[in-house]
Formats: sequence, structure tokens, C-alpha cells
Amino acid sequence: MIDADLVRHAVEAAQRAGADAADALQLASDSVEARVRGDEIEYVKQARERALGLRAFVRGARGLATALVSTSDLSRDAIQKLAEDAVALARATAPDPDAGIPSDGFARDWPELELLDARDRAVPLETRLAEAREAEAAARAVDPRIVNSEGTSVGSSFDAVALANSAGFEGRYESAQHYLSSSPVAAEDGAMQTDYWLSLARRRSELAPAASVGRRAAERALAQLGARSVATQQVPVIFEAPAARGVLGSLVGCLSGGAVYRKTSFLAGKLGERIGSDAVTVIDDGRRPSGLGSRPFDAEGQATRRTVAVEKGRLASFLLDVYSARKLGARSTGNASRGASSAPGVSPSNLWLEPGRGTLDELLRDTGRGLLVTGMFGHGFNPVTGDFSRGARGFWIEGGERAYPVEEITVAGNLADLLRDVDRVANDLLWLGSIAAPSFRVARLTVAGNS
Amino acid sequence: MTTSAPLRFFRERFGVDEGSLARTLGTALDGPADSADLFFEYATRDAVVLEEGIVKSGDRHLSQGVGVRVSAGEKQGYAHSDEIDTHSLIQAATTARAIAAGPAASRSVAVRGPAAPARDLYPIGSAPTDTPIAAKVALLQQIDAYARGRDARVREVLASLVCQNRHVLIAASDGTFVADAQPLLRLNVQVIVENAQGRREVARQGGGGRFELGRVLLPSYWQPLVDEAVRLALLNLEAVPCPAGAMTIVLGPGWPGVLLHEAVGHGLEGDFVRKGTSTFAGRLGQRVAAPGVTVVDDGTLPGRRGSLNVDDEGTTTQRTTLIEDGILVGFLQDRLNARLMGVPATGNGRRESYAHLPMPRMTNTFMLAGQDDPADIIRSVSRGLYAVNFSGGQVDITNGKFVFAASEAYRIEDGRITAPVKGATLIGNGPDVLTRVSRIGFDLALDRGEGTCGKDGQAVPVGNGLPTIRVDGITVGGTER
Repeated sequence: MIDADLVRHAVEAAQRAGADAADALQLASDSVEARVRGDEIEYVKQARERALGLRAFVRGARGLATALVSTSDLSRDAIQKLAEDAVALARATAPDPDAGIPSDGFARDWPELELLDARDRAVPLETRLAEAREAEAAARAVDPRIVNSEGTSVGSSFDAVALANSAGFEGRYESAQHYLSSSPVAAEDGAMQTDYWLSLARRRSELAPAASVGRRAAERALAQLGARSVATQQVPVIFEAPAARGVLGSLVGCLSGGAVYRKTSFLAGKLGERIGSDAVTVIDDGRRPSGLGSRPFDAEGQATRRTVAVEKGRLASFLLDVYSARKLGARSTGNASRGASSAPGVSPSNLWLEPGRGTLDELLRDTGRGLLVTGMFGHGFNPVTGDFSRGARGFWIEGGERAYPVEEITVAGNLADLLRDVDRVANDLLWLGSIAAPSFRVARLTVAGNS
Repeated sequence: MTTSAPLRFFRERFGVDEGSLARTLGTALDGPADSADLFFEYATRDAVVLEEGIVKSGDRHLSQGVGVRVSAGEKQGYAHSDEIDTHSLIQAATTARAIAAGPAASRSVAVRGPAAPARDLYPIGSAPTDTPIAAKVALLQQIDAYARGRDARVREVLASLVCQNRHVLIAASDGTFVADAQPLLRLNVQVIVENAQGRREVARQGGGGRFELGRVLLPSYWQPLVDEAVRLALLNLEAVPCPAGAMTIVLGPGWPGVLLHEAVGHGLEGDFVRKGTSTFAGRLGQRVAAPGVTVVDDGTLPGRRGSLNVDDEGTTTQRTTLIEDGILVGFLQDRLNARLMGVPATGNGRRESYAHLPMPRMTNTFMLAGQDDPADIIRSVSRGLYAVNFSGGQVDITNGKFVFAASEAYRIEDGRITAPVKGATLIGNGPDVLTRVSRIGFDLALDRGEGTCGKDGQAVPVGNGLPTIRVDGITVGGTER
């Protein structure tokens, strides 16, 4: 899939054109995706994508000036032209003492991360379509109130990454991703509800059975029928694992080196300080076997590793790429990520909130009265201040049980307060992507509703 | 008919002509297939970003490819490739056909034309991507200096300018054959302020559209954007916690039209309606808004971010009335859903790029002006919220629940605008919220050209607009009683 010489060729072309340093990243992807609704295929899409991104650095009076160029035309002529464009562009920008490629910290070992099962390449499209039909049928079979569907999507992509730079690093790896996602529609008394469930894995053998995904999605949609709003009040709020993941996602943005050096994170300047309760431990690990965010090296060739970001409530480390590390006087944590046409930025690899003890049901029982949030929507979060306000759905909890479904409500507060008010974390850590969380409880949040 | 410049572009660069298009479409079509289409794209984008007082990087990107679609009934086969040559075209067509309709002999298709779009909504001398980067770097440096000079509390300025030029060529088995060149640019300014107590706040403003770079380079264009970002960031320093619960809302003119985008726009897209997964399905002719509320989607406004000469299926864009005097009268259609529902396409078939299937999408969506004086509307509220700036929103089209996040809002007390409040999410019910519109101002305004809509993982530029309106009873996601 990858022409191993191409990235090296691009780096050399940039150097010949006058670059003092350069790196080149090539991405190649072959993918198929399809959606089935009921028994019928809605679409099948096959794609072949190739792209190359080149960064060129030109030395100025104070540091290096940078340009980033990319193309999906990978002919040698196009790359030659690209390299010349890059150097010309760099000469038009300002030198920056912190810009440039790293000189050390490169990955040297290539651990087996189990990111691909070669046998999966041979799986015919018909098999994937059959799985989608199976999920749709299983959803319908749960209850006659499952009357419609937004469909079941299935897909597989086989991806390859190659990176070379003028410091002599050269690396490549291949990975795959497979998924099945179901969105059935439940209806009763003229009102409709939908929810989804999915399974996502590096290897097909790790996907959940299709029927179980369809069933779970249907159960979630059905449980939401008859939802209503509640009165505005402050109560304990439990975030069920999928919603807890959304909260963690907001935190991740604030742990990112870019936001920290730009001071657009409320965590800027708080390294070493207590930012959460003892129940809050957040870990990033780029080498978790078959992890959806695993990679042997990051987008700058840095070896991936395990970073404890928050340890029992104490802010232990930010997540850094080379540039933000230089800005903050630290070392990269191997969290650089980029596409062919984007500059490196920080992203988590596999990041999770450490699970605690007890099940979600035990947590509900111990809570007595409050709100269980099963899903959130909207983007109401201000990373500079930590203030958040999100649309929510879920269940009202009375007597330690789900009393009735709720919707058209919001939960709001400040993320700094929320982290300090996390008083219980359950044991149900759930991986639905590269960020994962177990269910957890916040002692008190404002829930806004219909009064 | 003369050959349009965009078509000449594809002919000269890739050797695409009527003959090769006809052969490819012929390969794509077979017995059970209803239609086939080809979408060629050649897009260039450049970007400059300023932070910490310097433009740290210049970017330039090239993306090219072709997508071949074959439709049979409700089924679509799609194959795309980033190589544009005769061999790749035939291969993609064969794949798309096999997916949609199974193998069969090819059918002959005539491709005649070529057609230039019926009108030009973005007549510009040179594309913004043609201007050398130095002018763009200089603009951002001026913006940085100007913003810092506005107030001593301005600590950091992030500014970016993204210029695009997208050439498309669309050929379909029904004879559609059209090419277009679509310029787009967007300027973004973000300001971080800090007061003496160490409290930090941020605000963003953006603007742009399908017009010449020269317009953006004028201080009369960018200075108001910067002024507004600085004003908002400083205002946020003074903001008090937002009230929580259901209350009367007054929405200001312009960008708050994002309410329409989320509350009704998505639910009126033909795919959701046809499949019956939208809460608006089957409600044509029914009242879904208060009398006086008329909502349109209009892709024909010259130079606007959401406008297009033709959509990504080659259909000429138009103005479509969705809600007329409170009654639901129309949906947004691409060709597939229009065919399956037996109605005309409305020029709303859009896609992010050649790597994506088209879907019904909005263009510029807005509510027509009413009669009320905006000042009277505010005076009519004894206790409520006046919201004038928003960040994004989201909707669940099945249950109709939508959210949108206010980034500038004030309390209204006894008919007067009082304290600014912190950002908060507003949540409502799509089919219900417009029935609660009780006053409509005469001050319709469209946004500055900053909207991007996401659906099924595809991002497309859109516009919004609204006059000042009063809505009785939306839940506000604040923290205070």
C-alpha cells in the first residue's frame, strides 16, 4: 500500500530545494463501508485514498520558518513541485525558535501491537452485509415498538502510515479498523426515539456479535420512550459510561499541550496541583495491545508510551507533541497526531479514566435520588474557564432505580468543580473508541428542565 | 455553446472529454440501474495561521479525485479514486455498478454539452488561492497589531485565513453535464483576554464567503470582526452565571438563525423524511410554527458561504420555502430522495468531497422578516434572556430535541437588557419551538459567513439568518435559579 521510498524521496527533494529540515508523512487507506436498513442495502462505498504531507523548515535569523504542503497526486513530478512550493512558502513565514523536527526520542523498537489481522482482508463484502442484516433483524425482534431504523452501518479500513525525516528517522506501520453500528427507531403514541450502539475493533475477531449490537441499540431506544423533562434543580448526577466518555473528552482537550501553552486550557499552570478527587486517575497508553489509538510511533516519529496524566486527583502530566513540549520546557509524550494536510497537534492515544469498584446498578442503589445521564449532545464547553452546559437525556432515579426516562434537559457546571466532586467511579470501563470511561457519579450538578 | 472555463480546466488537466465520460457512464449503467453519475473534483486550499504575534506556518494543499455512483432503486453503489485517468474511471465505474446492480453489459450513454451554470453567483477576477501568501501573512500581522492595540487586557490573538478553490465537473446518465469553480474564503479571529485578577476569557469571530480576497484585505472588512471579538471577550470577563430553567428568550438577528438550522432544517431534509425517521415526516400541510413564521432555504444569494451555482449533483440551486406563514410546505431534496418521493430535486444534493456520497443538505437557511421593532420586542419581556451570539448546535431529528449554545447573552429584566451571562446551552423541541414564536422583528440579517454543518461525518459550508424574534419558553441550561 505504501511506497517506502516515497517519503524519503520527498524529504530529500525538500532538502535539495533548500530546506534545512523536513519530514514527510504518507497515508494510504483502502476501505469499504455500507449501510443496510431493514433488509435493504442503502449504499456500499469503496475507496482508495493516498496522500502525502510534507513539512519543510528554513533557517532564519531566530529559528526555523515552517511550511506544510500536501497532495493526493503522488507522482514524482508532483512531489518535486510540492517540495519547491514548500520551501517557497516557508520563506514567506516567520522563523520560530521552537519550530522544527525532534532530534531524539524516536521509536527504535517495533512492538507487536496487534493492529491488524491479515485474514480480515479476505472477508467478502457479503459477510459484512449479512452481519448488518443480522443486527437489523435482532433489533426488530426485541419489541414490536421497534418500527423503523436509521440503519446499521458496517465498515472496514486498512491503513498504512510511513514517516521519514531529515534527522534520519524512518518508520512505517499498518493497521485496520472494523465497525458495526446500529440505530433503530422505537415509536409509541406518535413519539419516536432512537439510540445507537456500536462495536469497533482492530481485528474482526474482537467485534461484538452483530445481533448483540442490534439488540442493545433497540433496548436503549425503547427505554427512552415516554421521556419527559424534569424541574430545574441540583442533584447528584451519574454519567453512564458512554456519556462519561464525553466528559472525559472535554478534559482531554484541556490536557493537550497546545491548549496549555496557548493558555486556552483552565489547567494551564496547574501541573502538580490537585485538580480532582482521589477517585480521578487518567492514563494515556499508546501501546495498548489492539487498542484503537495504539501506534508504535507518533506523527513525529516519537516512541509512544504510557503517561499518567492525572494521578488520584493530582495533575501529573500534560499530553505533549514536540512543539508544545518545547514551549513548556518538557519532553514530548509521543502524542503528536496529524493527517497529510494538517500540522501535528496533540491527541490522546488510548486514554481512559481508571475504573473503581462496584457496578452501575450498585451506584444507582447507593444514590437513591438523582439523574442518570445516558447521552449528551451539543458542544457547550469553554476550555478557558471550564464552564460547560450540555443537552442531556437519561433517567430520573428514585429509590435507587430508574424511575422514568428524561429528555430536553441540560446539565451544567464547571469542569474543575466536577472533577473535585467525582465521588464514585464504577467498574464498567467501556472501550468504544480511543477514549474510554467507566460510569461515575458527581455529587451535585445543576439540571435545567421545564420550570 | 461555448466551453466553460471550469470544463476546459478538467479537459486540459486530466484529458476528460465527452467521449471518455460517455464510456464511463455507459460502463456504470446496466439493466436494473436507474442512473449513474460522475463527480470530478480538483480542490486547492491554502491557510495561514498567526499566534504569539507571528505567522508560524504557511500551508498549501491539493486534493483531487473522482467519484462514480450507480443508483438502483434505493440502493447506491459508490467508488472513488484519487487518480483521474481513463483506466481508473472505468475501474471505479465497474465497481460501483457491481455494488449497486450486479454485473451486466454496458449501455450506451450520450454526453452532450457542455453546460455552464445558468448564472454565476461568485463572479470573481481571480480565485483567493491565486494571491501569493505574502499578502495573507501581512493581513494577519495587521490584525494582531490592531487587536492588541484595542485593549491592554488582550493577551493573545489567534488569527487564520483559509482560502479554497474547488473545481467540480458533474456528468450524469440523464444528460446532466456541468462544471463549476467554487471559491471560498474564511477569516477567523480569536482573542484571549485577562484581567488584573487573573481571570481569562476567550471570544471568536469569523467571516467570509465566495468572493475576492481583496474585500477581506480592507480594514473596513476585518476591523469590525476584530472589534467584535475583543468586545465579546471583555464582556465575558464581566459575565455572571446564567439562569437555569424554562424562560422567554429573545434571539438577536443574524447568526442566531442557527436555531432554524437545528430545530427544523435537518428534520426537513428529504432523506430523513423519506425514511420516516424525522419527526417532521408526514406533516406536510400541517402547522409547525406560529402564524407569521416563514422559513426558506436559498442557495442563490450572490457571494454567500452557503450558495452554489449548482449543487454537487449538477442541479441548479434555488430558493425553497420550507415553512410558509407557519405551515410546513416543503422539504430539501437531492436527486435520489426526490426520485423516490416523486418530487422535484431542490438543488440541495451536497457532499464534502469526491470521497463522499451526496445527501440533502441546507444552503443558506433563514426566517423572513416580520413587522415588529426589535426594541419593542425586548421591552415586551419582563424576565428572560436576550441571546445574540451562538457557537454550534446539534439535533436528534427522530425525537426533535435540539441544542444550541449561546456565547453572548444577557438577562432581560422588566423590559431592559441587564447583566451579561456566561455561555449556556439552550434546549428545545423542533416541531414545537417555532409555534412559540410570539414576535418577529423587521431586522432580518444573515450571518457573516462562518457556518459549517456536519452530517454523517461530512462537513459543508452553510449560512443562517434570522430577524429578532421572541420565543416563549425554551429551557436554558444555566447554573443559577
